[in-house]
Amino acid sequence: MARSVSTRRKLITTLAAWAIGIAIFFPILWTILTSFKTEAAAIADPPVWFNFHWTLDNYVTVQERSNYFRHFMNSVIISGGSTLLGLIIAVPAAWSMAFVPAKRTKDVLMWMLSTKMLPPVGVLVPIYLLFRDLGLLDTRIGLVIVLTLINLPIIVWMLYTYFKEIPGEILEAARMDGASLRSEIIHVLTPMAIPGMASTVLLNIILAWNEAFWTLNLTAAKAAPLTAFIASYSSPEGLFYAKLSAASTMAIAPILIMGWFSQKQLVRGLTFGAVK
Amino acid sequence: MATKHSRMSARLMISPAVLLLLGWMLIPLSMTLYFSFLRYNLLMPGMEEFTGLTNYRYFLTDPAFFAALWNTIALVVGVLVVTVIGGILLALLLDQPFFGQGIVRILVIAPFFVMPTVSALVWKNMFMNPVNGLFAHAAKALGLQPFDFLSAAPLGSIIGIVSWQWLPFATLILLTALQSLDQEQLEAAEMDGAPWIKRFFYIMLPHLARAITVVILIQTIFLLSVFAEILVTTNGGPGTASTNLTYLIYMQSLLQFDVGGGSAGGVVAIILANIVAIFLMRMIGKNLDA
Amino acid sequence: MNTTFRALMGACALAALATGATSETITVATVNNGDMIRMQGLMDDFYAKHPDIEVEWVTLEENVLRQRVTQDVATKGGQFDVMTIGTYEVPIWGERGWLVSLNDLPESYDVDDLLPAIREGLTVDGELYAAPFYGESSMVMYRTDLMEKAGLEMPDAPTWTFIKEAAAAMTDKDNEVYGICLRGKAGWGENMAFLSAMANSYGAKWFDMDWKPQFDSEAWANTLNDYLELMNNYGPPGASGNGFNENLALFQTGKCGMWIDATVAASFVTNPNDSQVADSVGFAQAPDNGLGPRGNWLWAWNLGIPAGTQKVDAAKAFVEWATSKDYTALVASKEGWANVPPGTRQSLYENPEYQSVPFAKMTLESILSADPKNPTVDEVPYVGVQFVAIPEFQGIGTAVGQQFSAALAGQMSAEQALDNAQKLTEREMMKAGYIK
Repeated sequence: MARSVSTRRKLITTLAAWAIGIAIFFPILWTILTSFKTEAAAIADPPVWFNFHWTLDNYVTVQERSNYFRHFMNSVIISGGSTLLGLIIAVPAAWSMAFVPAKRTKDVLMWMLSTKMLPPVGVLVPIYLLFRDLGLLDTRIGLVIVLTLINLPIIVWMLYTYFKEIPGEILEAARMDGASLRSEIIHVLTPMAIPGMASTVLLNIILAWNEAFWTLNLTAAKAAPLTAFIASYSSPEGLFYAKLSAASTMAIAPILIMGWFSQKQLVRGLTFGAVK
Repeated sequence: MATKHSRMSARLMISPAVLLLLGWMLIPLSMTLYFSFLRYNLLMPGMEEFTGLTNYRYFLTDPAFFAALWNTIALVVGVLVVTVIGGILLALLLDQPFFGQGIVRILVIAPFFVMPTVSALVWKNMFMNPVNGLFAHAAKALGLQPFDFLSAAPLGSIIGIVSWQWLPFATLILLTALQSLDQEQLEAAEMDGAPWIKRFFYIMLPHLARAITVVILIQTIFLLSVFAEILVTTNGGPGTASTNLTYLIYMQSLLQFDVGGGSAGGVVAIILANIVAIFLMRMIGKNLDA
Repeated sequence: MNTTFRALMGACALAALATGATSETITVATVNNGDMIRMQGLMDDFYAKHPDIEVEWVTLEENVLRQRVTQDVATKGGQFDVMTIGTYEVPIWGERGWLVSLNDLPESYDVDDLLPAIREGLTVDGELYAAPFYGESSMVMYRTDLMEKAGLEMPDAPTWTFIKEAAAAMTDKDNEVYGICLRGKAGWGENMAFLSAMANSYGAKWFDMDWKPQFDSEAWANTLNDYLELMNNYGPPGASGNGFNENLALFQTGKCGMWIDATVAASFVTNPNDSQVADSVGFAQAPDNGLGPRGNWLWAWNLGIPAGTQKVDAAKAFVEWATSKDYTALVASKEGWANVPPGTRQSLYENPEYQSVPFAKMTLESILSADPKNPTVDEVPYVGVQFVAIPEFQGIGTAVGQQFSAALAGQMSAEQALDNAQKLTEREMMKAGYIK
C-alpha cells in the first residue's frame, strides 16, 4: 500500500528539505563562489553573491605556487593503493569471521576496532624513526602502508557485516558442488558482496583522501598529497580568502565529484549492519 | 557445520589482518612505552636517561591534562548529541516524499567529502572571523555586535564545525535504517489513531536503536582523535579552552619535542581510549547481536 | 586483483624513478611568508645559473614548518636539504652539529657585508651555520591620515604612554577602525615575541641569574595590564587569535590605526597591490618606558643546511644564490626596491636607491638598537631579545603564551594568567634541571 500524501504537504516538505539542504551545502557553495572573486570582493561587506567580476586569477596563482597535479596524483595513488591493499587483506579476514565464526571472533573484531582509537600523535615519533630506518619517509609506499593499517579495521568490519547477511546455505550448496574455498570466494561470495564492497571501497577512498595527520607528517615534497598542498595555505598572507577558496576547491573537488557520482553505491552499503 | 579443514583455512585467512594490526599496534606501542620512561628530548640528543615515572607524574599533574580530558569528553559527547538528534530529524524529513530528493541528498551528503583541514580553514576564516567573516557581516547587517566565535566559545565552535562534517554520515545511516522500517506497521498505528509523537517513540525510535549505536561507535572512534580542526582554528586555545588529549600530546611531543613526556601522555591516552573502547564494545556487542 | 595491485606498484616505482632521474633534486622547506613565496616565482634565474639542480618546495605555515624541520633534523630523517630556520634555532642546532658550516662560501658572497648583529646570532664558535634571508626588528606602523585626524603627531621614538593616548584617539569602532593591533595568538613566536620584547622595555625579564622565572614581578604585571588595557579598549575583536598574518590583513584593509610588529611588514603595507592604505603609512621605533631597552626584537629567517644531507654542494649553491646581493638586485629589478628582502646586508642600506624607500631608515635603526646579548634592564643569564635561547623555551614560551592569550580572550584575569605562567615555567625549569 502506497502512502497517500496531499500535494500541499509535499510542497511544504519540499520547501523545508531544500532549505536545509542548501544551508548544509552553503559553506561549500560559498567557498566555490569566493574562489572566482577578486580578493577585495571576497571580503566585501555586504557580501556579493553572483554579480561580481568573475575571474580565474586565483586558480592561476595557486597553480603557479604549488604543483597541484602532482599533489593530486599522489592523493589518487595513496588513497587508491591503500584501499586496494586493504581490501586484499580484509576480504579473507572478513570472510572467515562471517562464515567460520570461532568463539573469539567477536573479540577479535572488537579488538581490531579498538586499535583505531589509539591517538596517532602518541606514536608519531616511533613511527617516524621506523620509517626513517626503512627508508619510507616521503614515499607513496610508506603512506599506502600506514593508511591501509589505519583503515583496515573499518574495512574488515564493514565487509564482515555484509558477508554475515549472505545466507550460509548458498555457500553450503556451492561446497556440495565441490567448489574449492578459493572459487567459493571468487564465484559465489564476491558477486553477492559487490554492493557492500563498492561501498567499502568508496568510504575508504574518502577516508584516505582526507587523512591529514600522517600524510602531512610523513611526507615532504615527493609523496605529499593534497592535504599537504592545502597546508601551505593555512594562514593568511594579507588578503587571502579568494586564494584560500581556490586552493580549497581544488583540494576537495575531485573527491566531491567522485562522491556525488557514486553516492547511490556509497549510501546503499553504508549501514555497518545497522539495518537488518 | 564448518569442517576442520575450513576452520584451518579460516584461521589462515584472518591471520594477515590480525598480524598486521598486531604489529601496527605493538611495535610503536612498545617503543612509546619505552620512551615514556626516559628523559628524552629531541633537541638534546645524547642526554637520554632512565627517569622512572617522572614523565607520568608531570603529565598527570599538569593542570592542562584535566582541562584536556574534560574537553575531549565534551567534544565527543557534544558532536554525538548534535549529529544524532540532527541526523534523526533530518532523516525523518528526507524520508518524506518531496520534489528533488536526489539533489537534496547530494547537497546534504557533501560535507562528508570535505577534508577536515579545508572545512576548518573555511569555517574559521570565511564564516567565524569576527571582522571579515560572513557571520560578522550578517550580525552587522542586523545591527548586532559580531560574535567572536573562536575566542569566546572555542570549544562550541569546534563542536559546530566537526558536527557539520559528521551530520551527513549520521543522517545517511539513520535514513537507510528508517527506510527499512515496515510501512504497514506504521500505517496500522496511524489508523489506530496513535499520534505522531507516539508513533515516533514507540515504533521508529526502537527501530533506529541499532543504527544509532553504529553511528555512536563509528563517530566516537574518529572524534576521540580530532586534531586538524583544532590545529587550524584555535591551536588549542585560548589558554587550554579547546585543547583535547590528542592536541595536548601533540604539544608535548612535537612542539616541545619532549618525546618522553609526550610518550607518557600517549600511554595515558591509549589507556583511556581503551576504557572507552571496552565500554562501547559492550554496548555495541549487545545491540548488534540482537 | 593481484595484477592490478602489481601494476599499481609498478606505476609507483616508475614514478619514483622518473623523479629520481634528474641529476640533483634538493628539497627546500620554507615558511609561507610573502618574501619566500616571491622567491618561488623567481626560480628561473636560479635554474639559468644552475641547470643541473632542481628545487622542490615544501611551503608550510610557521608552526608546522618548525615542527617538521626540527623533528627531521633531530632524528636525522633527511627529508630536507635546505631548511628555513629562525635565529632561535641556529645557535642551538649549530652547537649540536646538526648544520653544515657555511664558512667556505666564496669571496663573491661577501660575508662581511652581513649586518653584524644578525651575523653574530648565526655564528657558533666562529662557524657561520646559516645564511640570513631577511632580518627584522619590530617597529610601530601607523596610519598618517588617522593620526592627523586625531590631531596628534607620532614622534620617531614614542613612549608607551603616547601609544596609549594615540590608540584612544584613533579608535572609531563604529567605522571598524581600531586604534591598535597587536599579536594575541598564542605561541612563543607569536604573542610571546611581542610581549617579551614589550616586557624588556618595562624592566621585566624571563629569568633571574638563578634561572628563577620572574612572572611574579611587578614589571611583568605592569606589562600585561597595559597590554590588556590597550587591546581590550582599542584592539580589534578576536585579537586572541591574531598573529602576524592576521594583523597584516587587518592593517592592509584599513582596520588598524597602529600596529607594532615586524619591520618586514612595512613593504607589504606600503605595496599598493595588496594594501588599501599603502599611501598613508608612517613608521616609528618601537615604544619605550624611559628605562633603556625599547620594545623591539631582533629576528632573521635563515637558510641552513642539515648535516645529514647528501647534496651539500647543490644545497650550498641554492643558499648562496638566495641570500646573495644578486638576488636582492633581481627582486629590485622585477618588483622594485621596496620589495627586496631587508635587514641582512649593510650594502643594501648604503644603496642610495634603497635609502629612498620610506621604511629603510627606521628598519635599520630598529635592527641596530636591538641587543640580544643584553636584552633587559637587569642582567640575565640568557641570550635573546624576544626569546630565551634554550631548547626548552619553545614549549615554555608557547604554554605561557596560551595563558596570556586566555587573559586577552577574557577567560582569566591578568593576575591569574601571570600566576599560572609562573607556576608552569617553574615546573618545566625544574623538570629540565635548571632549578634544583
